[in-house]
This record gives sequence, structure tokens and C-alpha cells, in this order.
Amino acid sequence: MRKLHFSRRDLLKASAAMAAGTFATRAVAAEAITPALAEAAKKEGKVAFYTAMDLPVAEKFGKAFEAKFPGISVRVERSGSERVFQRVGQEMTSGIHAVDLVNSADAAHFIVWKRNDWLAPYLPEEVARLYPAQYYDPDGFSVTTRVWLSSLGYNTNLVKPEDAPKSFADLLDPKWMGKMVKGHPAYSGTIMTATFQIVRELGWPYLEKLAKQKVMQVQSSTDPPKKLALGERGVMADGNDYNLIQLKEAGQPVEVIYPTEGTPLVTGPTGVFKSAPNPNAARLFQNWLHTLEAQQLLVDFARQHSVHPQVKEKPGVRKLSDIKLWKDDPAGVEKASEEIKTRYAQIFRV
Amino acid sequence: MTIALPAAAAPPKHKLDLSWPILILFAAVLCVLIILPMSWLLYYSLVDRTGAFTLANFKTLVTDPVFIDPLVTTLILAVSSSIICCLAAAPMGWLVARTDMPLRRTVRALVTASFVTPPFLGAIAWELLAAPNSGLLNKTFRAVTGAPQDEHLFNIYSLGGLIFVISCYTFPYVFVLVANALDRIPGDLEDASAILGGRTWTTARRVTVPLAMPALVAGALVAFLQAMTLFGSPAILAIPAGFHTMTTKIWSLFNYPPKPELAAAASIPLLILTVLLLRAEHFILGRRGYSVVGGKQGNPRLIKLEGLKWAALAFVFIVLMCPVFLPYGALLNATFSHVATSFVWFDNFTLHNIYFVFYELSATKLAVKNTFLLGAASATIGTVIALVIAYLTSRRAIAGYRALGFLATAPVAIPGIVLGVGLFLSYARPPLVLYGTLWILLIAFITIALPAAYQQLQSAFRSVHTDIEDASRILGATRLRTLWRITAPLLRTSVIATWCFIFVGVIRELSAAIMLFTSETKVISVLIFDLNESGDLGAISVLGLIMLVITFAVVIAVNRIPGFGETRLRNA
Repeated sequence: MRKLHFSRRDLLKASAAMAAGTFATRAVAAEAITPALAEAAKKEGKVAFYTAMDLPVAEKFGKAFEAKFPGISVRVERSGSERVFQRVGQEMTSGIHAVDLVNSADAAHFIVWKRNDWLAPYLPEEVARLYPAQYYDPDGFSVTTRVWLSSLGYNTNLVKPEDAPKSFADLLDPKWMGKMVKGHPAYSGTIMTATFQIVRELGWPYLEKLAKQKVMQVQSSTDPPKKLALGERGVMADGNDYNLIQLKEAGQPVEVIYPTEGTPLVTGPTGVFKSAPNPNAARLFQNWLHTLEAQQLLVDFARQHSVHPQVKEKPGVRKLSDIKLWKDDPAGVEKASEEIKTRYAQIFRV
Repeated sequence: MTIALPAAAAPPKHKLDLSWPILILFAAVLCVLIILPMSWLLYYSLVDRTGAFTLANFKTLVTDPVFIDPLVTTLILAVSSSIICCLAAAPMGWLVARTDMPLRRTVRALVTASFVTPPFLGAIAWELLAAPNSGLLNKTFRAVTGAPQDEHLFNIYSLGGLIFVISCYTFPYVFVLVANALDRIPGDLEDASAILGGRTWTTARRVTVPLAMPALVAGALVAFLQAMTLFGSPAILAIPAGFHTMTTKIWSLFNYPPKPELAAAASIPLLILTVLLLRAEHFILGRRGYSVVGGKQGNPRLIKLEGLKWAALAFVFIVLMCPVFLPYGALLNATFSHVATSFVWFDNFTLHNIYFVFYELSATKLAVKNTFLLGAASATIGTVIALVIAYLTSRRAIAGYRALGFLATAPVAIPGIVLGVGLFLSYARPPLVLYGTLWILLIAFITIALPAAYQQLQSAFRSVHTDIEDASRILGATRLRTLWRITAPLLRTSVIATWCFIFVGVIRELSAAIMLFTSETKVISVLIFDLNESGDLGAISVLGLIMLVITFAVVIAVNRIPGFGETRLRNA
């Protein structure tokens, strides 16, 4: 195995270069799904997929993979990204090698894992051929699997459309006191990413005021949409937009709001672990997960955005180009995450 | 038949030969279970990141409001739950043990049902019932009274709600202690009072209640300890409401970046409080032991309630609504519902949740397998260890039996989450890395179950009078043969009951498991907790009902749990 050590500055330089589209050399060869790989994966017979996606979404990917490659069972290990990060760290430092590949909602985790030399370089052929360069690591340590937003939302039975908040600032109106729900940045990568961007754009005073609104504190970013659907709270102060879209399409009384100040953008990369107990199955799954087939499932069923250029959009999800987006910044999140967790706990008291 | 008197002379020598190895072996096992994790806990609480000695962790603990608030909350919680448990359980215990209220056996069975219901499952079920806006009870309240949307009858996400839910699953401890004490008070004492002219109520007030008082006080202490060390219910109900208890605070210290030193320090107050309260309990129960000695076990006299008996029964059933009927109903409703808190009817009935758990949820199989494996292994090994130690101590078979008995009882003073932290600190590091295997969970579960199992089997041994064993020995049987042919058959029921008791305890354990699981060693309780954090209530209901079915199958298989009163099922 090659050892790669990047300083944070190198990484920033590299990502800046990539974003500019001037960086084209790749350190690893792209690999296709070969019969030999599929055969070796089948011999292993299983793969452990740690992820933070909503559980039914993750299991859907698992079942689709099992149908495509019979004989390999996918075990989904779902938890919040920050919890997955803690779990992987605790397992790795204790010498437990249980994880094959991880899909996180906090892209900063891959900076840390790459620095720790825990990831295996593996670049799927379709990714190298079709994906825009800013969506995968040039050395193949991770690929952006999905893109979604942390939005606001409301329950249409409890809140009239004309009364619904339009912006983050609206949430500070006393009329929402005790009527909101939000996720936790020490559990969820989506909320961590969103909190980082909110602090960057609106500052801590916004969160300090929000904390005075008696917000119901749940953990996962998948939970606020579900609490809205139950009718437990009327307004969601953060959480996944894709869960809301899924629920709305299932006939639940919920609606998404993209706040006027801007909406936090979240990217969820996936990477294969070097010490994967099922290295071939892990690579096969990583490869398949970024094929057109799986990415179309991401759009059609999971109601998220794909960076695969051939994926066909399905009406019902607003185009990213039509939404005022805030920029994601994994390197910034990596530096700020500990402070965010500490300050958040002080402000919200949990 | 051979009559071989000399055989009786042989054992003493034999006994001496084996006593030291047995003592050392079992003492070593108990040290691994208890002393090692507690030593690491103490060590970590007294060092900083670099391993240098410091008192800074404790200083943080007593000065930082982030720790003081949870400690105060925990004390309020424990005191209130304890009082509520006594107010509900003491009259119930008396009604069941001492009056002619109808359906007394059914009531006992239902209390057992609330006893074996995992408290975290009860907490989730109460979310379904009494969440302020979506809760089924609040919805019903609004539908009936026409109250506006933002009014509610109950708010489970509050300190009061948490106290209520914890009391629901803690009151059986008090009930059992009180009912058993009242069962044992001989009727003669009450007869004496009656003969001396005391009327029914005077006798109850002057004789029965004072005799049951120590049991009630002990029950209050046990309830206090349970409420203080519970993890699942506060994690589910307190955090959405925006506050921590000590157990959830300790657990949150393991979030990245983990602070094991602070977690260890925060565990110490729980440990000290538990030890102090158990000493108090021992003191009180010790006195109770004298109070009923001397009376022959005449049947207790049942007080005739006359017209009040239906009122009494109504009171009991209203109490039992809270831990059993309402939560089970809510779980059943959510199982067949698209949205967990809408009432199921023919038009919105779904089997989707059941399909999801059995065919899509890839964690189900492993979690059920791990739970069964750990339950069976902990129950078997725990019963054997408890059986041997109970035999050695009750027959005083070896020197140092007192030390063994003490060690076997000691884990009762270690709250589950504290044990979890201690075991993690001990076994996630070389030389013995057990973290990540089922072994570390096995150690935790056996340790947690040992005190209750030991006490249960020890009282079983005491109830088999040595006369019978002596008769066998005199007739020429060896010690082992006597054990096998005489003692074992007499103890069979107790042994099976102990096994089931540990098995059920393992199924409902969460507080130690949450510290010790890894992705491959997940158990059902942890899986349910995970699902709660992502809001997958439908799947939780299905898994919860599976858990309850398994539990009741085991309980019903043995019909009941004898010796219920001497035992203490630990927190989840």
C-alpha cells in the first residue's frame, strides 16, 4: 500500500486547483467492474456499509446491489455521520477492522481518514470517465456519492403556507416559540455541515437566539422531517430536504422551504477502507454505487442530487441551479467541528 | 443397599484440598468482572491526557454547570420517582397480599409484565402516546374537547414526563418488596391483635403497616437507585426537551472527541451514591429480618374490602394502564401504521413496517442472533457461577466463603453505564483487547446479572434443609452424589428460573451495551436505540414487539419467576 501524507495546505491547494479545473493528472488507474472482481467479491460473500443516509434509502441501495450481484449480502450500519466517525475511530484505534466502506454526510471526515492513512485508493472507471473532477479525490480515496440540502420545512396542517417562515431570520419570530424541531451537529454530519455554514453566514448570535425559541432537539437530520410528518412540530429549523420530498410524495402534509439567505449544501462522499475485511466486495460496491444505475436510484427513489452527468432528473425536486446555495467547505468544517460541538452544547444545553 | 459409615469421615480432607484452588479460581473470575474495570475507572478519573496525576477532572465536575445541572436534575428525578413508586406500589402490594380484591393473581402477572418491559421501549411507546402534539392521548384529548391544536394534556418531553415514565417501569421493584414482606408477615401477629380487641383497621394500622415499613423504605431506596442509573429513558426523553441527566452526560462524553477521563470522573459520584444507598438498604432490610422471626407461617388473614373491592381493582388497573396497556397498545398501533402516531383503521392499515424489519433491515438478523447468543451464554455461565458460589457460601464449604459472597454481590453497586465505561477502558487496550467481540458484552451481562442470580440461588439453597443432604450422606452417598441426586432435583425450579431471569435481563439491557457494542456486536436494544435517533418509529415498534414476545415466551415457559422478591433486575 502507498502511504500518502498531505498537509492541510496541500489539500487546500489541491482542491482549489481541482475546482479551477486545471488539475487533470491522476495518481491511480481507474478500474472497471470486471468478472474477476465480481467473482472475488462473491467469494467474500458480504460487505459492511457504514452510512448516514436515511435507513430505508441505504437498505434500498443494499437490496439493489444484492439483486445485481447475487451471493453478496450488504450489511448497512446506519448512524449519524458524527457517530459513524466516532465509531470508526474507536474501532480502528482498537485494532478492530469491521468497516468495508463508509458514506458520510460530513465530507471533512475523509480529510481526517486520508490523513490517518486509513483509506484505500480506488477509482471506479465510470467516475474517472464521466464525473466532474471536483467530485472525486484524484488519488481515488473518495467519490461524491450524493448531494442534498439542509432546508427548512413545515407541516401544512399546522402552518398555513402564507404564514410559513421564508428565511432563517423568520425562525426567530416569537410565534415559533416551542413549535420547531432540529437535528444535532454532534450526531449528524448534515447538521454539522449546515451549522458550519450557518455560523459562517449568519454568525453564532443567530443560533443563540434560536436556542431561546425552545426548539425540540432530535439527533439525526432524518428525524426533523419525520417529526413534521407526525405533526409533532410545525416547523423544521434544519434537516434533510430529501426526506421531506419523499414524505410529501407519499402524501404526508409537509413542505420544503429553501431559506432566502441561502441553503446549506451537503455533499456525501464514499470511500473504501484500507483494512476492509471484504476488500473486493467493498470495491465492487464502491464501483457499483457510482454507476448510472445506482445514481439513477439516488435521484428516483432517494430524491437527492447526483453528480453523474448522465442521470435523468425526476420532476418534484427543485434544480440546484434554481436555489440560492451556500458553499460547502469540508476543510473549514474539519477545522471548526470541535468548536462547533462544544459551543452548540453550551448554547442548546444538550 | 450398603451402609458405609466411614465415607462420612473422608470429605473433610477432600474439602481442604479443593478449597483453595476453588476460592482462587472464583475470586479471580470475580476480579476480572469487577475489580479490574473499577480500577481502570478510578485511574482514568485521576489522570489527564498525558497520564499525569491530576484532580482537574473532579474540579471540572464540581465547577462546570455543564455537569452540575445534570447532577441536580438526576437527584430531583431519583427522589421524585422513588416517591411516586411508593405511592403507587405500596397500596397495590397491600391490596394484592392482604385483601380479598378480585383478580389478585392477574395483577401480579401484570406487574411482572411491566417489570420485564425494557424501560427504553416503554419510553418510546410513551413518546407515541404523550408527545405534546402528535401523541395519541393528546390527539384524543383535542378530538374530545375540541381544544385548539397547540393545547395538550401531557408533555412527555419534560422532567415531569421523564419522572412519570421512569416510575412506570420502576414501581414493580417496590411492589414486589412490599407484597413479599406482607406475604411473609404471619397471620398469628394479626390474630393476637384481634384477640386483644383491635379491629380490622386498627390491626392494619398498628401491626401490618409497621411490619411492612422497612420493606417499603428499602423499596424506595431501590427505586431511587434505578431512577438514578437509568440510561435509555432519559436519552430518549430528556435530550429532546433540552436537558441531560448524569447517565446521558457520561455517554455524551464519548462523542468525538472522546473524553474518557471526564466520563470516568463523572461516573464516580454515581458509584459512591449507589454504595452508600445500598449500605442504607442493607441496614434497613437487616432489621426487617428480626421483625418477623418467631412467628410460625400461619396464613395471612385477608381483609374483606366489601363494597370497596371494585374501587380497589379500578385503582390497580388505572396504575397498570401506564406501564402495560397503553404502551403496548401504542406499539401495536404503530406497527400497522404508516405514520406512527395516527390511529390505525381498515383504510390505513399497512404491513410495510413488518416487511421492512424482516426483509429490508439488514441489521435485524445479526442483532437478533447476537441477542440470543449473549442471552443464552450469559444465562448459562451466570447461573453456573452463581450456583457454585451460592453452594459454597450457603453450605460454608470452603474457607473464605464470605469473601466470595461479598464479591458476587458487589456488582449491584455498579450502575450499568459505569460498568460499561470501566469495561471499555479495561478491554479496549492491550494486553487483552476484548472490545469489538461478544466477550466484552458477555462479561458485562454476567457481571450485571450475578448479584441477583446469586441471591436467588442462595435463598434456594437455604430453603433446602441440610438434614436431607445429611441423610443422604449418612446413607453412604458422596458429596457429589448427594448434590446430584438430592440437592439438584430440589433446586431445579430455582435454577431454571435464574436462567430465565438472566436471559430476560440481557434482552432488556441497554446502558452497558451502549458503551460496549461495535457494528458487528450490536444487540436488539442498541438497534432500537439507533432507530430512535433517526426517527424510524415503525421499525422500532416491530422490533419492540419481537422483544416482548421473546421475553414473555421465556417468562411463561417457567410460568413465573420464583424468588422474585429477593432479586433485582438491573436497569436498561
